[in-house]
Amino acid sequence: MSESPSSPGVTPGVPHPTDSEAVDLVVVAALAAFEGAGDLEELKAARLAHLGEKAPLTLANRTIGSLDKAEKALAGKTLGAAKGRISKALAARTEVLEAEHAARRLLEETVDVTAAPRRATLGARHPLSRLTERVSDVFVGMGWEIAEGPEVESEWFNFDALNFDEDHPAREMQDTFFVDPPQAHLVMRTHTSPVQIRSMLDREVPIYVLCPGRTFRTDELDATHTPVFHQFEGLAVDKGLTMADLKGTLEHFARQMFGPEAKIRLRPSYFPFTEPSAELDIWHPGAKGGPRWIEWGGCGMVHPNVLRSGGIDPEVYSGFAFGMGVERTLMFRNDVPDMHDMIEGDVRFSQHFGMEI
Amino acid sequence: MRIPLSWLRENAQVPAGATAEDVMAELVRVGLEEEDVIRPLDSLQGPIVVGQVLTREEEPQKNGKVINWCSVRVVPEGATQELVGEGIDPSGVQGIICGAHNFEVGDKVVVTLPGAVLPGDFRITPRKTYGHVSAGMMASARELGLGDDHDGILVFRDLGLDPELGQDALPLLGVTDEAAEINVTPDRGYCFSIRGVAREYALATGTAFSDPAERVSVAVPGEAAIGVELKDEAPIRGKAGCDRFVTREVTGLDPEATTPAWMAERLRLAGMRPLSLAVDVSNYVMWELGQPLHFYDRDTLNGDIVVRRAAAGEKLTTLDGKERTLHAEDLLITDASGPIGLAGIMGGAATEVSASTRTVLIESAHFDAVSMGRTKRRHKLPSEASKRNERGVDWEVADKAAQRAVDLLVELGGGTDTGRGGDTGTRPAPVVVALPHGAAAARVGVEYTREQELSSLAGVGCVVEEGADVDQVTVPSWRPDMDIADDLIEEIARLVGYEQIPSTLPVAPPGRGLTGAQRARRRLLDALAAAGLTEVLAYPFVSQAQNAFFGAAEEGTEVKAVHLANPISAEFGWLRTSLLPGLLEIARRNASRGFRDTALYEGGLVFLPGDTLGSAALPAGGARPSDEQLAELNAGLPDQPWHLAAVLSGRANDGALGAGERAWDWADALDIARLGAEVLGAQLNIKQGSHQAFHPGRCARLETAAGELVGFAGELHPDYLAANDLPARTAAVELDARALLASAPESIVAQHLSTFPAATQDVALVVDASLPAGEVLGTLREGAGELLEQVELFDDYRGQGIEPGSKSLAFALRFRATDRTLTADEASAAREAAVRLATERHGATARG
Repeated sequence: MSESPSSPGVTPGVPHPTDSEAVDLVVVAALAAFEGAGDLEELKAARLAHLGEKAPLTLANRTIGSLDKAEKALAGKTLGAAKGRISKALAARTEVLEAEHAARRLLEETVDVTAAPRRATLGARHPLSRLTERVSDVFVGMGWEIAEGPEVESEWFNFDALNFDEDHPAREMQDTFFVDPPQAHLVMRTHTSPVQIRSMLDREVPIYVLCPGRTFRTDELDATHTPVFHQFEGLAVDKGLTMADLKGTLEHFARQMFGPEAKIRLRPSYFPFTEPSAELDIWHPGAKGGPRWIEWGGCGMVHPNVLRSGGIDPEVYSGFAFGMGVERTLMFRNDVPDMHDMIEGDVRFSQHFGMEI
Repeated sequence: MRIPLSWLRENAQVPAGATAEDVMAELVRVGLEEEDVIRPLDSLQGPIVVGQVLTREEEPQKNGKVINWCSVRVVPEGATQELVGEGIDPSGVQGIICGAHNFEVGDKVVVTLPGAVLPGDFRITPRKTYGHVSAGMMASARELGLGDDHDGILVFRDLGLDPELGQDALPLLGVTDEAAEINVTPDRGYCFSIRGVAREYALATGTAFSDPAERVSVAVPGEAAIGVELKDEAPIRGKAGCDRFVTREVTGLDPEATTPAWMAERLRLAGMRPLSLAVDVSNYVMWELGQPLHFYDRDTLNGDIVVRRAAAGEKLTTLDGKERTLHAEDLLITDASGPIGLAGIMGGAATEVSASTRTVLIESAHFDAVSMGRTKRRHKLPSEASKRNERGVDWEVADKAAQRAVDLLVELGGGTDTGRGGDTGTRPAPVVVALPHGAAAARVGVEYTREQELSSLAGVGCVVEEGADVDQVTVPSWRPDMDIADDLIEEIARLVGYEQIPSTLPVAPPGRGLTGAQRARRRLLDALAAAGLTEVLAYPFVSQAQNAFFGAAEEGTEVKAVHLANPISAEFGWLRTSLLPGLLEIARRNASRGFRDTALYEGGLVFLPGDTLGSAALPAGGARPSDEQLAELNAGLPDQPWHLAAVLSGRANDGALGAGERAWDWADALDIARLGAEVLGAQLNIKQGSHQAFHPGRCARLETAAGELVGFAGELHPDYLAANDLPARTAAVELDARALLASAPESIVAQHLSTFPAATQDVALVVDASLPAGEVLGTLREGAGELLEQVELFDDYRGQGIEPGSKSLAFALRFRATDRTLTADEASAAREAAVRLATERHGATARG
């Protein structure tokens, strides 16, 4: 036997086909050669040596023809059994070596997963859009619907219908962008409240709608102001609605947005379109620097004149409304220190949030 | 509105130790908003004492300035200095340099000794200057933060005081007081007075209120000081411009009389600059009672006073020295010489009170708020007087305010009440509001007791006549904001306290969730983020040039856009007709911050005005307009479709290890358009197009299935990119997503999936090189008929074997029938039909 594992092994001489001992030797040599084969290449060589054209068993088989009938039978049986053993051994060894080969190949294919390239990168939603959607979802979950309206709006919807008398000081307080010429009575809506009127005109009572959207005032951009901003506004009109209903709705909403510890507080205030009116503060349990009250928005019971503008009889129905700023909400909810970050479109701002807020 | 606490204390029970913060906390409960605290002592640290100038040597300097080298005694004569510190002379006499000259030897002044700290963290230390060591400062009012007055140092003689040397000077100057600043909502003109705020404070705390108006006892004047005629021939909205005009006369004013320190200090704390006794008294009374007054120099008046509307074009020089051209709606005070004042807003220069005035005529009038507001806006004259007059002043307080002014001028100015005056006008009918029992409970959700309702209403000054089911409530003259039951309900609710309101959650009727369009927009926005783009929100303000360039495909087309009357920037005074200018501006901003590889998108409205813009007349508020009126209002609005746009620049992939570097290009822009259409469930047809903002050869025109133009996509024009410092090859897409969505089927009918095998056939067609492959593909699809399941372009070959000017396009066609296995012949026949149509339509020849 050769020392070399790559050697197909020593081939014994050609046995007489009826000499079962000699044939056995051939079989043993073949089995040893297969067992000694370290890989599929070596096994192939061993197979050629022990089962090939010049293998002892093959050569022995060729001599059968010259034997007499009785010997023929014995030789066929002896050689057949021997070949069967060798083939079986070969198959077994092949299976083992193929399995080893496959395992080795997989091992060689090992990659460094920590150096995996980022091929498709996720972009980002703008946090203001996402927050608006979140707010909408809370109200949709309560059975409310989402109402929308135009951003360039008739003054009638933006002011007159909302009980802003043409001479009301509040009307100039709004710092309105007017469309040129002013006689066209078009403005960039200063709040989402015109959608209240549109909702009342378009829908049947009872009305429960949330109106999110973009709004505009002539403020210069600074850390806390921007001429273009977003609000969401709620309106409910039904029989027998009270300020308690307003408070309960706001409380539920606050908890959805700020957790079960959140609560709200109303302070008397003034808006032309509500009476009574209130400022809304929220107790923000997760506020930076500790839980505290934060001014959040305005609210109140819908002024009878506003209901009338929307074609609703204030003697039969009452309503409540509330409005908050999305920017302001994002600022204190997610600790955004400066308005510039929200409006400049710096990709880092949105990408930090990704798809959620 | 600033409320000096000492002033408030005169009219309400403010606890001795209460700070401005405490006072504000109470006021907030009843609806006044806290703004600020003004506390001069916070920025002043002693020792700041009374000193007396012993010597004063004038020393001219090289720079032409003359300084005074003074010795100033800062302890009582004979006493020793008990203060110890660097620069404090044990002798009690300090050497001080002073640049002001309004004092004499012997004058008592305010000395800030070394160690004192003045506003602005100005620390007093001994300083070597002008050849002396100046150990302290003789202070002016401004240096102490007590006002803008910097005409000279504070001299106690001028304040009418002769205090002990060495004592703390601050209490003498009144700076121990502090003020709470509150924000007054527009409905509460009444709270622009100490009187009003004191009443609110009393209501908030449940303590007693002492009405300063009731403390004034009005001496009914004898003969008229001047003839007065109220002659408004053009009332605005049916209301006379002036319905009360009270006059009083004070003579013999002492020209030397000055405003006492206590009054000056209160005015300063209130935010007003003390000017002269007469002006200060008029401001003081306004602050206290809320009634703006006007003082005339009696000797400059000619004949009777007539209150009337201006004649158009009439002119008046107001006391700020400006000549104003008047409007026919402006209400004027006139005398025989013509206009002498813009009523309730600003007096005229010719009749102004001056240092030489000996006799003043006091005007205390009640004007119509609407008229005041219009004149103020028209002439841009916001002032303390106009602020009150445009919100409405208490009709009843006019005579009391006039009397209060008379009293103060007599007491402080050495004047004499001539006993002459007048009171012209008509008391308006009181406002009576019916308040049904239980109305407050029904609106607020709190079961108020009768006692709570009645005491709240009485507290704000209402007189209640109780009825069986309905109370008749007369609202007070100082509350013009209350005229319906809801107003009364608010008073009850706020005075009992909003914190008493319980929480109940109303149940909305079952909703339908988001609308189809709302869901579609969300899907779109999410899909683009998932595709690697970053959502941004640009301002909608653009320049005319940007609209002209992005708003129309063809250069030179007029782009109608909405122009703002009062934009923030004149250049960017138009509303966008395309989202691209805003996105590109943001791309540029990111690039300037080092982020040149950006994929940005935005969904938002653009503004496309039609033929009519707006409506000339508006319906009245408080009533539903007719359907025709509503239609007209809506017809005047510009169309505002929701667009989706994206801008892609730089690298799509940064070429990190294992990921090939790849730049965004025109095809990505098209991909986004296709993605958008797929997300919307709409069919998008892409055609070779052209748009001035895009590369002439790399622009796709995007159409709906019906052929409606819904946008463009491709590479932006290289000239534009270069001129705007944007990365080369920046690509962009803009889609009218509203129109595209509208073209999508309402619902999708399920496809019946065939499980029969497909037959695949390829075809190569030689066509003109300029023919867009998309057109050929469309033709094949059309020609192959309904057996065709899919067709894809997989090769575009030009060169050997193909004539110059032509190209060979190879398509893979996949056929499948729903009911059988297709034979090769059937598939070939369909392919041949497709090729025939391509030949017929494009002159295509099938290749090999």
